[in-house]
Amino acid sequence: MSDQSAPIIQLSNVCKSYGNIDVLRGVSLSVRRGEVTCVLGDNGAGKSTLISIIAGLVRHDKGIYAVDGEAVEFGSPRDALNRGISAVYQTLALVPLLPIWRNFFLGSEIKKGFGPFQRLDVKTMKEQTQENLLRMGIRVPDLDRPIGTLSGGQRQVVAIARAIHFGARVLILDEPTAALGVTQSGLVLKYIVAAAREQGTGVIFITHNPHHAYMVGDHFVVLARGEVETDAPRADLSLEDLMFHMAGGAGLDALKHELQRKMPAGEAVAGSSAA
Amino acid sequence: MSTAMNKAELLPAEPKLVQNFSWKKILKRPEAGALGGAILVFALFFVVAPPLRQVDALTTVFYESATIGIPAVAVSMLMIGGEFDLSAGVAVTTSSLAASMFTLTLGGNLWFGILFALFLSLGIGWLNGFLFVRTGLHSFLVTLSTFLMLQGLNLALTKLITGGVATGDISTLPGYASAHAVFASTLKFDGMSLSVAILYWIFFVLLATWVLLRTDLGNWIFAIGGQGDSARAVGVPVRKVKILLFMIVGFSAWFLGMHMLLMYDTVQSGGGVGNELLYIAASVVGGCLMTGGYGSAVGAALGALIFGMSTEGVIYADWDPDWFLFFVGATLLAATVVNTWIRVRASKGK
Repeated sequence: MSDQSAPIIQLSNVCKSYGNIDVLRGVSLSVRRGEVTCVLGDNGAGKSTLISIIAGLVRHDKGIYAVDGEAVEFGSPRDALNRGISAVYQTLALVPLLPIWRNFFLGSEIKKGFGPFQRLDVKTMKEQTQENLLRMGIRVPDLDRPIGTLSGGQRQVVAIARAIHFGARVLILDEPTAALGVTQSGLVLKYIVAAAREQGTGVIFITHNPHHAYMVGDHFVVLARGEVETDAPRADLSLEDLMFHMAGGAGLDALKHELQRKMPAGEAVAGSSAA
Repeated sequence: MSTAMNKAELLPAEPKLVQNFSWKKILKRPEAGALGGAILVFALFFVVAPPLRQVDALTTVFYESATIGIPAVAVSMLMIGGEFDLSAGVAVTTSSLAASMFTLTLGGNLWFGILFALFLSLGIGWLNGFLFVRTGLHSFLVTLSTFLMLQGLNLALTKLITGGVATGDISTLPGYASAHAVFASTLKFDGMSLSVAILYWIFFVLLATWVLLRTDLGNWIFAIGGQGDSARAVGVPVRKVKILLFMIVGFSAWFLGMHMLLMYDTVQSGGGVGNELLYIAASVVGGCLMTGGYGSAVGAALGALIFGMSTEGVIYADWDPDWFLFFVGATLLAATVVNTWIRVRASKGK
């Protein structure tokens, strides 16, 4: 189903250090059209640094970051946006008190008229917002409602839809389901799949929930201490494998043995033997 | 498009699209509380102050309201953008003093002084904005500082230049007649006289409403007040808009300053203190949130009207004028409580 052509984004051996601390140590990653690439990892594994580099917030020190096969150095998120790379952050997405349609077009308003009489084309913006909302299955009777009245999942979906509407070819989703309940997460996950399969968007889905990742992912990258611990397509990986790698991989086995030596009964760790 | 996303099975069924008119919709507007308050205050003084029932008294009420309302329009825009300006009250006096003393000292046409005051007022607004974005301090602190500095400068420079606490008479200067016609004339309609300030006030309210609701700048003002980081993330020039808002307040201070100067011909150097709080109070009564991102220029105008009615109503009712401040306080408290209640309901989508 997904397009296996040349990757839109390709990172090869990207390194980043802050002072003496190597945050990323030779990370490689590729994002293809219509494919969901899941990036998983524990706190401090380097996920946010990786997103920041891709989204143009920080520059990498070593390695190659290529967009459409061409090496790039982004100076700001605007540069990344101009290449169609858009990040949707959990908290930074929307202005809660602002009406839904105004949020959707914030910073990219449609205008009509000339000179000092240039004004917002409210009708067109409302129509386009309604269209986009309906396409993702959100029905709102009144677009003038503050967007804060939508549920957490709906808001996340609106933010994603907005990025796609304004030409995102690659979407970076930073923990979009982290603060959501089961139903709301479902809404967002469905929309992530729809964005990739139907619109052909390349998606980088950052999460620390392997269940969510496995439901939508085509490709999985697990980061640990700034290095790629696992890099595998869906076909080569089961959910159990993914959870094993997520939980610490080989390190976890060592820990398990150590704990078992100290606690002969082993009951306390019986549940962690998923792999 | 697959059927999966078209079905809205995860969502409750919502009713049909908006109907054109509903009381709920009106009650949800930011200015709803102020409108109710204005009607109540008017009803009160209509009963206790019989002279207020005459047209002449009403035009006085509107004039009084305009002198609060002109800066309040700008202050409400600034508050929607998330910031305060405590220097707006004395900035009006600074502008009057500057225009007056500039022309009286250097000679020449009064219009040069007016132009000088315009640049000065815009400059003060710019300085407020620049200091705010540069230092990252709360705008309350930044403008409290400029407020005190301006107050000091008003008194000290006036004493230095004129030797007293008031400026000389400007009514004999060249350019006075035309300036008076522009800023402080009185229009006569069969027996009724109306200060031009009222018309300017209405014009500014309409202009501000149009900018806020129908331009991208207005969209940005709401956004930077509501959540600045989100606005920045989608490419809104947050700092520029903030500085612009402080300059708009500066402009309104200049405009009212010129009106006051040409109404009274001389300026008392100590004037204006305390008015900044009236502008803020009018905006808050009119539905502006202290935290920004919500409010309206029409609301601020209604807030100013409430205060105008209270000032004149107290006089016409033959009460001691000191009661005015009590009214301002009581209205402010009542309005904020009502507004908060309405907003909480609105944000729940009721």
